Order: sequence, then C-alpha cells, then structure tokens
Amino acid sequence: MLKTWFHGQLQLGLAQAGVAALAALSVVLLAHRRGIHLEKELVIAMARGLVQIVAVGSILLLLLRRPSWTSVFLLLVMIVAAGATSARRAKGMPGAFEVSTGAIACGAGSVIALMTLLGVIDTPITALVPVGSMLIANAMNTNGLALNRFRSDVLAHVGEIETELALVADGKSSVAPYVQVSFEASLIPAIDSLRSLGIVWIPGLMAGMMLSGARPVYAAVYQFVVLAMIFASSGLTSLASTLLIRTRVMSPADQLILRPGT
Amino acid sequence: MLRAEDLGRSVPGKVLVTGATFEVHKGETLAIVGPSGSGKSSLLRLLNRLDEPTSGTVYLDGVDYRQIAPRELRRRAGMVTQRPYLFPGTVADNLQFGPRQRGQELSPEVVEELLAGVGLAGYGSRDVANLSGGEAQRVSFARALANSPEALLLDEPTSALDDDAKRGVETLIQQIGREQGIACVLVTHEVGQAERLAERALILEAGRIVRSGPVEEVLRA
Repeated sequence: MLKTWFHGQLQLGLAQAGVAALAALSVVLLAHRRGIHLEKELVIAMARGLVQIVAVGSILLLLLRRPSWTSVFLLLVMIVAAGATSARRAKGMPGAFEVSTGAIACGAGSVIALMTLLGVIDTPITALVPVGSMLIANAMNTNGLALNRFRSDVLAHVGEIETELALVADGKSSVAPYVQVSFEASLIPAIDSLRSLGIVWIPGLMAGMMLSGARPVYAAVYQFVVLAMIFASSGLTSLASTLLIRTRVMSPADQLILRPGT
Repeated sequence: MLRAEDLGRSVPGKVLVTGATFEVHKGETLAIVGPSGSGKSSLLRLLNRLDEPTSGTVYLDGVDYRQIAPRELRRRAGMVTQRPYLFPGTVADNLQFGPRQRGQELSPEVVEELLAGVGLAGYGSRDVANLSGGEAQRVSFARALANSPEALLLDEPTSALDDDAKRGVETLIQQIGREQGIACVLVTHEVGQAERLAERALILEAGRIVRSGPVEEVLRA
C-alpha cells in the first residue's frame, strides 16, 4: 500500500520506519494502560536507533574504499558503545561499564578476530563491519540479560548470601549459584534462535544475500554460520561478564557490596 | 574477649553507628537494646565485618580484627539472624556447611552432639523444609556452633518465633553462655528479654550508645 503513495526509495523507507514505529508505540500504549511506563525509554531508544543506524550507514558509505584496518577501529567503537549500553541494565553494580566492555571485547572481539583469521568472515569493510556488529549487538544483549538477572537474583537473596558469608563461605562461592543461573538465562534467546532457525524465522542476512544474488543454499549455510558465531560470542561474553561481576559485588574482605538501595 | 573501640559506620547522607566503645567477656551476654532504626543490627554487622567500619575497630583477644582473615574472624565470631535461612537439604547438611568451607567434615557423633545441645537430638536426617520455626532457629544455632566460635552475635533471634519457641531459644542462649563459655552479643528490642538473658546492656539511639553497664542499672534507669 505504501508503495502506491511513496515512489522515491528514501521517502518509502521513512514511511516504512514511521509505520513500524507506530506499531512499537501501540505496544507502549497497551503497556501504559496496565501501569507499565515504557514511553520515555522507548521513544528515546527508537530515535537514537534511527539516528545511529543512518549515521553508521553514511559512515560505511564513506569508508567503502578505505583500507580494511578501518573496520577494526569501527568495531572497537561499537564494543565501547555496547559496553555502555548494557551496563545500564546493571544499575548499582560497581564497575558495570568496565565489566561489560571487557566481556564484550573478550567474547565478541575474540570470535570476530578468530573467524576473520580463519576466513569465515570476509575482510572487506562491507562484510566485516556488518557481521561484526551483529556479533557485538547480540553479545551486548546477552551481557545485559546476564547482568540484569545476576543483579536481581543477588538482591533477592541477600539474606542467604550473608548467612553463607557469616558461616565462613568465601565471597565467590556464596554468589556462585546466581552466576550460573544468570549465565544460563542470558543464553536462552541465542539458543532459541539457533533452534528455530528456518522454521520460525528466516533472518534478514539470508534474505539479503539471496536478494543480492547468492545461491539460496549458501545463504542458508552462511546464516547458520552467523548464528553459531553469535552463540559463541554471546556465550563467551556472558561467561566473562558473570565471572568478572562476581568479584565486583564482593569487597576484598568478602562483604556483599550490592545491597538493596545501592 | 571482644572489644569495640570508637566503632562507627556512615554511608552517604547517613550515620548508622558512631563512637561505639564496649567489650564483652567470655561466657557473658551483652544486650544491645534500642528502638527500630537505632542502628542495633548495623552495629552487630560491624562486629564480624559483614560491613566495613568507617571509623574505629574491633579487637578479638587483643588483636585488631583487620589483622585477622575475614573468614577466620567469622568462624570465631559466629552469627545467628532473625530468619534462620537454612540451606536446602537435611539438618546434618546444614551443620556441615561451615566446617566444609574449611575443608573439614564433622563426624556423625559430633553432629548428634551439636543437635542434642540445641534440643534436637535425632534430627540429623530430617529435611529442613519440614521443620517448625522454632526448630529451624535451633538448627541455625547448632550450625553456627559447628564452627566452634568464641563469640556469638545474635540478631533478634526470637522475634519471628511464637512464645513457646521463644522461651526454648532463650533457654538455649543461657546454656550457650554459661556452659560453653561463649561470649554473646544479643540485639533485641525487648527490654524484658535483655533482663532475662544478659548480664550487661547498652542502649543505642540514633546510632550512638546513650547508656551502658549492668543490665539492671541500664534498663531501669
């Protein structure tokens, strides 16, 4: 329907973005009626997301003919931004930004580096940056889920944790059950994505490859490759962040720092 | 045995405890009495370093407790809280928790002896999920005693119990002090309980000790 009203590609794109945003806003309206207030967060997130993706698209256009190492710089910037974004899900946790950035660099960074070295990810900027950004974005989401779950579990079990500390347990082992649960919970979306690949959803990358002339079987296999890389980078990120954060919620004297009200 | 000197803790915008100086001897029970929010539990948490003091320190047998490894300090100064927070499993599993943290295992005889000491002989194989409130609190006493502490920090240990269970736990606290020679620091908001159980008391108001001395003098002043 939109195509009958909008003929230019840019106008059509903006109109499609507007309709999609309206769908998202209607959910916010429904949530508002049930007393859940997401308005501000979602409006800011959507505006930011649109500006950011257009800006990155423009930068990619400018960098198309630059040497490949330029992509390393772009990916590093993305890792820092991802660290800052997911650290917001860990309100009150000391060192959340450092832990998130370090974990995403360790998880997504190492998978991107290894896969590029092995030739699984192509080195031209047009391949490395989009695929790398997918790994970083998914690692960011997993990290946010892990830290958010860890935070809420620790806050819900302060009594149990401090009972263990008072009974001579060391700080790390007293929060170990919550590290494990957070790690497992954070990987549910990545596992479900792999499990439902091709049945519940056909990801955009595969559709894009087919539209640009790749053979459907290769596009399908490469989509699996990307999802497996996403799982690897997300898993490593979550593992690193949950292991790092447990040392941050305890003082050197094995005192629980993360407590209600912090 | 345990001496607090100018002990205090502040968090941004709030003084929780300030200038607390007192001592408690072997086999003696000291009651910390005060209204809700006066800083009683905050003071108790400083004594086994669950929280870090921002001023002053605590001496355990004359040694500054910052010189003692935190886990060893908490072994020597055990704690029983208002809610027992038993770990899933059997009563015996709960008693083994502390010793296992130090790589030790209590023999079945020692477990039985500890349980008999709190009036729960034969309870070792019971699932903690099936205990009454009073029984659960007795298990938490036995669990703390399994670490062979020299002092016990008791944070309102009877406030969640009915009258019968409360009387039983009070008797237990008296036995622990008299028969095992353990120094007890009892936080309570009940003046009557402090009179029944403690030899000395201190009254806390807004984080500051306003009176201290023999229990009869302090509580009837």
